[in-house]
Amino acid sequence: MVLVLAIGDLHIPHRAPDLPPKFKSMLVPGKIQHIICTGNLCIKEVHDYLKSLCPSLHVTRGEYDEDARYPETKTLTIGQFKLGLCHGHQVVPWGDLDSLAMLQRQLDVDILVSGHTHQFKAYKHEAGVVINPGSATGAYSSITYDVNPSFVLMDIDGLRVVVYVYELIDGEVKVDKIDFKKTATATTHSAN
Amino acid sequence: MCRGVQHPIHGLFLRSYLSQVSRDKLPDIGSEYEGDGDTVMDAVEFVLQNFTEMNKLWIRMQHQGPVRVEEKLEKERSELRDLVGKNLHVLSQIEGIDLEMYKDNVLPRILEQVVDCKDELAQYYLMECIIQVFPDEYHLQTLETLLGACPLLQPTVDIKTVLSQLMERLSNYAASSAEVLPEFLQVEAFSKLSNAIGKVIEAQVDMPIVGVITLYVSLLTFTLHVHPDRLDYVDQVLGACVKKLSGKAKLEDSKATKQVVALLSAPLEKFNEIVTALTLSNYPRVMDHLDSETNKVMAMVIIQSIMKNNTCVSTADQVEVLFELIKGLIKDLDGTHGDELDDEDFKEEQNSVARLIHMLYHDEPEEMLQIICLVRKHIMTGGPKRLPFTVPSLVFSSLKLVRRLQGQDGDVVGEETIETLSSVPSPELALRLYLQCAEAANDCDLEPVAYEFFTQAFVLYEEEVTDSKAQVTAIHLIIGTLQRMNVFGVENRDTLTHKATGYSAKLLKKPDQCRAVYACSHLFWVDDQDGIKDGERVLLCLKRSLRIANAAQQMANVTRGSSGPVILFVEILNKYLYFFEKGNPQITSAAIQDLVELIRTEMQSDTTTPDPASDPFFASTLRYIQFQKQKSGAMGEKYDPIKV
Repeated sequence: MVLVLAIGDLHIPHRAPDLPPKFKSMLVPGKIQHIICTGNLCIKEVHDYLKSLCPSLHVTRGEYDEDARYPETKTLTIGQFKLGLCHGHQVVPWGDLDSLAMLQRQLDVDILVSGHTHQFKAYKHEAGVVINPGSATGAYSSITYDVNPSFVLMDIDGLRVVVYVYELIDGEVKVDKIDFKKTATATTHSAN
Repeated sequence: MCRGVQHPIHGLFLRSYLSQVSRDKLPDIGSEYEGDGDTVMDAVEFVLQNFTEMNKLWIRMQHQGPVRVEEKLEKERSELRDLVGKNLHVLSQIEGIDLEMYKDNVLPRILEQVVDCKDELAQYYLMECIIQVFPDEYHLQTLETLLGACPLLQPTVDIKTVLSQLMERLSNYAASSAEVLPEFLQVEAFSKLSNAIGKVIEAQVDMPIVGVITLYVSLLTFTLHVHPDRLDYVDQVLGACVKKLSGKAKLEDSKATKQVVALLSAPLEKFNEIVTALTLSNYPRVMDHLDSETNKVMAMVIIQSIMKNNTCVSTADQVEVLFELIKGLIKDLDGTHGDELDDEDFKEEQNSVARLIHMLYHDEPEEMLQIICLVRKHIMTGGPKRLPFTVPSLVFSSLKLVRRLQGQDGDVVGEETIETLSSVPSPELALRLYLQCAEAANDCDLEPVAYEFFTQAFVLYEEEVTDSKAQVTAIHLIIGTLQRMNVFGVENRDTLTHKATGYSAKLLKKPDQCRAVYACSHLFWVDDQDGIKDGERVLLCLKRSLRIANAAQQMANVTRGSSGPVILFVEILNKYLYFFEKGNPQITSAAIQDLVELIRTEMQSDTTTPDPASDPFFASTLRYIQFQKQKSGAMGEKYDPIKV
């Protein structure tokens, strides 16, 4: 069982002062094995904070990130799964699932994690799964109205990944989960 | 009998022994020794006498020897002081002494001895002793008497420490239970202490400023514990401090500065609602006396307090006061130079201000607009170094308001925003913000405003964005934003898309050109109901990107002797599939078939080095086509002619 935190689009300090206190109290060091971050942190302070939660931190570049050295895309293998990471402002039209699927084929990954729209999505298509963890701070987005703060926790176990999405709605943290199974050649999914 | 022994040290030890053995033989209430002739008063008298005599002996010790052993004597005296103090301890243990007796008899007698002995060491020690040994409620009820003795002590006695200790004890007493609080009001503790402190400061003219402020810190702590609702008391204490500090130059003594910071931090810690501290009229006046470094430190403390407590500062008036307090961070104050500051520290400061802006919020759009204008006024004085940090926060705060208003006051906010953004000396950032504003204008149906924002963005791209990597990102942001615009009429839209595609084709590296151009194909196809669906221009873009890919291919052949980026063809193929599925009549299955064959040929060619990225991408694309072919219904039919 490997826990992977997918988080991004915090936009601190441009659009949000900090993570919501309820999220902060949930994210404690030592519980998560990997953090994959879609980008737009935007400052070093946030990077350091995420690093303190888990030393295995992977970040791709968002268009407002202070650190220009983050890569545009990143791929990594966790257990039986190949994961791809990209902020998403590079993929036009923004948020278009077919175009994201194209990127997924290009990176040749089972799970593509991308952001930019600040809206949580978990979408299964022929080549795999696309996950958007949304904005962890509920930051303003020109694309999405009424953004609820959210992040995703993936539990990777063998050929199965359970995706937990945590959303802060009206001051309460709500959790939902989706199951994905990978076969030798393709990924199937069953929703909960 | 003991009186006979006048030698100080012998006398002290003798009397100490006397005290010890007589302890449990004192005729206290309930003791077996209470009787006809012997009452509590006798016990008290006895102990007081012993105390008085011991004190005299103790003081006499210092006159015992020649001057050169004075130091040694002082040390000896120090060690023996507990013997004297013990008497007070015994007194405190006598159960028969009630408040009345303490007030009328015991305390006055002790204080008489303390004052009369005129010995600095004794006075300091004994005052401390009294405070520590007797119960707090007694102190409260005899406050006037106790404080009255203070000005009568030797001027060299460290009375401020004594007073601080007293106030601390009383603060703790107040904190111990809410029931005792009325007592404090009843004896008018605050005004008595306040007056006493005033008198002491007046009397001890040479008291260093750090001492004065320490006293006020103790008084303030006391006030916050005992009278947390009396903001006027808090302000009074601050006011007294201001009076003492005024007329002098800015503080340079670091200890004093530390105390001032403690003074200013105390209300912040006590009041979770930072706005309460903002109403204290003397608060900014105290801050003005700090040197600029410490002023900034204090400003950061204020901001951190707001962040930590998740406070929302909600009226324009409060915002005004707040920004006045943190002005050291907002701009270069007179006499300071911005370059002196460490880079990291400066960034931290400005990022704090940026975060603070998001804590300013009011439900009423009118009030919120006022707040935004106020913030804008302040941060514009920050100069080019600060603006890149603070302006984005302001812009996004404004955009949130615009969304709430959705059209009503959009124009006003729009124009002001353009002005603000044009002063940000960070073109890439400004470009992004212009695009954000364009989208907001789009949502408000303000075509001219949206067009103006795009114009500004393009101007920045043309004139300021020179780094090729930055250009690639910028052009994709422009394309992505433009793709979402639905407010533009045909003419405006054509102008902007023409610009976008033009710049895409002029990027430095061929692969970047190729990708930007095929991204532009989406400008001519929007999936919405009323969205543009110009199939021909889509195809034109895709064909153009194909030509660029070909050119890149040839260049690679010539320069490296090997085939170039086949992957570009695979990407373009995917775009063909995208529009094919959307129903663009210009994209035919034949065209797709040709493209598939082209890629196959390229990949199998001798001159091609196998590319770790292209092969799996092509493979998964073919898998996708296969997958679509196997679908039932329209999709399967569409894909049928394509053979993979």
